[in-house]
Amino acid sequence: MAFFRMKDNKTAALASSLEERVQRQYTPEELFDFAPYDPNAGERGGYSNYSYWRSTLRAFRKNRTAVFFLLLIVATLLFTFLEPFLPYEPEANTIYWMEKAEVDMWTLEPLLDEAGNPIVKTVRAVNEKPADRFWFGTNSIGQDLWSQIWSGTRTSLGIGFAVACIDALLGILIGVLWGYVRKLDFLFTELYNVFDNVPQTLLVIIISYILRPGVGTMIFAMCLTSWLQTARFVRNQVVIIRDRDYNLASRCLGSSSWRIITRNLLPYLVSIITMRMALAIPAAIGNEVFINYIGLGVPPETPTLGNLVEAGRKVMMEPALRYQLFFPVIILSIVTISFYIIGNAFADAADPKNHVN
Amino acid sequence: MTKYIGKRLLRSLLTLFIIITIVFALLRFMPIEGYFQNFEKMSENQIKVGLQQLGVTDPLPVQVANFWQGLVKGDLGVSHKYRVNTPVIDIIAQKVPLSLTIGMTSLCIALLIGLPLGIFMARSTRSRWKIGDKLGTIFVVVIQAVPSAVYHLMIQFYGTDALGFSMFFKPDDPSTWILPILSLSLGNIAYYAMWLRRYMVDESNKDYVKLARAKGLPGAVISRRHVFRNAFVPLVQFIPTSIILTLMGSLYVESLYSIPGMGGLLVNAIQLQDNTLVQGLVLIYASISILGLLAGDILMAILDPRISLSKKEGGR
Repeated sequence: MAFFRMKDNKTAALASSLEERVQRQYTPEELFDFAPYDPNAGERGGYSNYSYWRSTLRAFRKNRTAVFFLLLIVATLLFTFLEPFLPYEPEANTIYWMEKAEVDMWTLEPLLDEAGNPIVKTVRAVNEKPADRFWFGTNSIGQDLWSQIWSGTRTSLGIGFAVACIDALLGILIGVLWGYVRKLDFLFTELYNVFDNVPQTLLVIIISYILRPGVGTMIFAMCLTSWLQTARFVRNQVVIIRDRDYNLASRCLGSSSWRIITRNLLPYLVSIITMRMALAIPAAIGNEVFINYIGLGVPPETPTLGNLVEAGRKVMMEPALRYQLFFPVIILSIVTISFYIIGNAFADAADPKNHVN
Repeated sequence: MTKYIGKRLLRSLLTLFIIITIVFALLRFMPIEGYFQNFEKMSENQIKVGLQQLGVTDPLPVQVANFWQGLVKGDLGVSHKYRVNTPVIDIIAQKVPLSLTIGMTSLCIALLIGLPLGIFMARSTRSRWKIGDKLGTIFVVVIQAVPSAVYHLMIQFYGTDALGFSMFFKPDDPSTWILPILSLSLGNIAYYAMWLRRYMVDESNKDYVKLARAKGLPGAVISRRHVFRNAFVPLVQFIPTSIILTLMGSLYVESLYSIPGMGGLLVNAIQLQDNTLVQGLVLIYASISILGLLAGDILMAILDPRISLSKKEGGR
């Protein structure tokens, strides 16, 4: 297997440094160092200035890719929320009109009136290529794609954050109950098996029949099932740590369940939960693309990244119009990839095992 | 072990019963207009007769009882909208083979590429520049973070442009099979590579691996004979589910390349309000996903003798 024959740098470095030490002839002075008497040393206790969050932050800062994406996403977020206040046409749904020279249907030559001037007509600025006036071009009904995309990003991020927060709230609450209260374990496991198997599509469709399709409905439909995963995840973690010795000790010393949960269990889970929340945002955006793809979801009056991608997909057969798919896709990918990388890097940084070095 | 499996199967039956009853009840929330194509033009009497024919006028418990009676005889009922008066079983049986072929091929490819990629990435974390690991991670991140609809689309139109294949699937033209299978396998490649890498890196920090390294065992032997074997056990749990999931097809890929498979069937059936078809599909999906989990647990217990299923359920 020549494929796997790669140089193992860590082992090689260790071996060479060991060899070097063995080869060297040490003088007795080098080998031993007499410790001077220090009266303060006896007073020193086992104090360490280790701070969990400071170490996490330091470990995170070391990951330069993650820091880059963090800056990128902060910049994008700032721009997204400041964009409506910028001094140009702010309303994303404005349909633009422009003056266009009328052309002959067959020869495509400009038509002239009697005086020899080209006939100019005011028409909708439909499918304009990206240029100075419309940076990202216009879509098939003459709306500016640039403002549509930023408005869409705003809505999609809003949906993502809302779903992530509700997810975390419900997931932690139910997950802790499920994991901590032994009597509820069986019941919740069965309930989980049931609800995990009810197709999400069915729920989304029924909900959008009962309620009016829109952003609120979308959030509701997504939260209805997605917290199950978080709850199960939290439950598994709680089951693993609830019987650890320190919890047993805490219980023996008379801590209440509430105290054990909030002081012993949840701090242990903070990093994992934050990661889940960071990953819930790309998941929610992907989910939204899916719901729009099957023809439900938010109506086009409220642009979201999902329905912009879907609108772009409809015109992609025409190579000249593919920019209408690319721009939403690029912005969407930047957002989802950033959150994904930040979430994972944070999870690594929050693991105390990675704090020592 | 047998007792454990029997117990779990019995419990799954109960779960299935509850699932299908819930779905059954949910379907009754659908608006009446959806059942007929020309609802506006129908007289009240026609609607009444139509609803009676569909069997949605009985009280809910009676309907559920009827459905279960049919099910015991192996009868899922007939579709009344998707393909009128065709038994649900026939519709599904007709669509499964194609989805299964494409899905299984792509899963095999995914395992054949994904597992070596995972090993390669884990090994390359120990080399100087970690280039292999970095490139692999970029691939995994892109595939995992970008919604699958997006990269399926890109593959479709750039792939067909660059290779000169037809954009749509034709069963007798092998070149049209390549891109759908490729796009389907990407997700699984990233998934298996990512988890195998992570488990292998975790495993290779353990003491027995350090001992093996200190003894001077070559790196390739360590990763193949020690690290891989242990790191693969938690992954085995997912494989039966992945295999069974291929039955369901992929909505995106199948609709993009217009493959007549299982992919969009559920969504279609729900949108058409074809109740019997939806119930049949949900029943099948739920039972295969439950079976998949069970098979995964059993497989894991067989591969790793330290895991015992009959003991009280540990942290899964």
